[in-house]
Amino acid sequence: MASESSITTSGYIKHHLQNLTYGEKQIETSAGTWEATGQYGFATTSAEAAQMGFWAINVDTMLLSIILGTAMMWFFRSVAKTISTGVPSPVQNFAEMIIDFINDTVRGSFNGGKNDLVAPLALTIFVWIFLMNLMDLIPVDILPLAVAQGAALFGADPHHVFFKVVPSTDPNATMGMALVVFALMLYYSFKIKGAGGFLGELAFEPFGKMALPVNLVLETVTLLAKPFSLGLRLFGNMYAGEMVFILIATMYGAGLMLGSVAGLLQIGWAIFHILIITLQAFIFMVLTIVYIDMAHQHH
Amino acid sequence: MNMNATLIGQAIAFAIFIAFCMKYVWPPIMQALEERTKKIAEGLAAAERGRHEQELAEKRAQQVIHEAKEQANEIISQAQRRGNDIVDESKESARVEGERILTTAQAEIEQEANRAKDELRGQVSTIALAGAAKILDREIDDKAHTDLLDELVSRI
Repeated sequence: MASESSITTSGYIKHHLQNLTYGEKQIETSAGTWEATGQYGFATTSAEAAQMGFWAINVDTMLLSIILGTAMMWFFRSVAKTISTGVPSPVQNFAEMIIDFINDTVRGSFNGGKNDLVAPLALTIFVWIFLMNLMDLIPVDILPLAVAQGAALFGADPHHVFFKVVPSTDPNATMGMALVVFALMLYYSFKIKGAGGFLGELAFEPFGKMALPVNLVLETVTLLAKPFSLGLRLFGNMYAGEMVFILIATMYGAGLMLGSVAGLLQIGWAIFHILIITLQAFIFMVLTIVYIDMAHQHH
Repeated sequence: MNMNATLIGQAIAFAIFIAFCMKYVWPPIMQALEERTKKIAEGLAAAERGRHEQELAEKRAQQVIHEAKEQANEIISQAQRRGNDIVDESKESARVEGERILTTAQAEIEQEANRAKDELRGQVSTIALAGAAKILDREIDDKAHTDLLDELVSRI
């Protein structure tokens, strides 16, 4: 719990669940409606962030995910540049272990013939999501406090600076990735089966030509369910996990007794969460491979 | 938890990371891994070949040793045979030589004896003549009596 006693538990939780949103500033009028000011800046309340509409951006999500992604790419690129076919260095060994694991998984799940995209795609998904999820293990208050105090140096009110540490608890992030996967699915469906083949699959299966509308509805739902389930599963799991961490963190403010219980709970949940973090990254990766594999298969 | 442009931003970032990974990360690492796999396979094959060759060489070496032993034995037995032959030969030649010497000596002895007999005969006839002359004490027809005596001598 934050040091200010004026912050309530629900306020603390809400504060933690709000992204740092940048967009057109909105003002609430006396009548309770919102007006755009025409100026751009960070939202200071959740309501304002919601009013910013689609053309706003969650700076914390973007910043952290790009930092993590860049770190990942830097790591693998540096290994790729110095890679030797002789005895590998420990760093190279570590990278090779990951790559071998990804390669095995891709080989096991993907039967669409030669495809140079799937394996690097799987590697990017697995490591990136793993790193984004891993941010969950950082105690919930450290980064937000640091950012708030840092912003205070520039004259911002630290209580109104939001910072959400785990990019994968932002549905924008997970759905953004799911959309890319969806686009790849569509691309390969059209490329491998042709427009006719793909649309035919949508229209004539599973019940044959007589039940075309039923088929179309069913298959379209099936198709659209894929990216949604992909993005929302990751989001839901990480959001729930983050929520448990936040709830545990609220116990720290409730005296020594509950505080020490909270410490134990946090350690326990963190250990358990390591599994979820890896599992969710793995599931996202495997489902992506399977979906792209399905886009390659003729029925 | 509002949906906003982060969706697009995240999708773009994701696409860029995928492209980077596909172009600069995956191929070199995969290539190196494949090369190493090939190298290890080659190394194992070479080791196998080496072991096989060593086995062959050992077998050949044993064969060579065996042959050499056989040859040595043969040479030894040949030498023994040859030695025996030589001993036999020298025995034979010694015997022949001894026999030859013996015969020569016997012939010489015989010759000597004959010569002595002849000489003795001559002398006996002379002595007999002288004795007869003395006994008869008169001149006898030398010629008629020499023939008579010669006949006598040849009968001795």
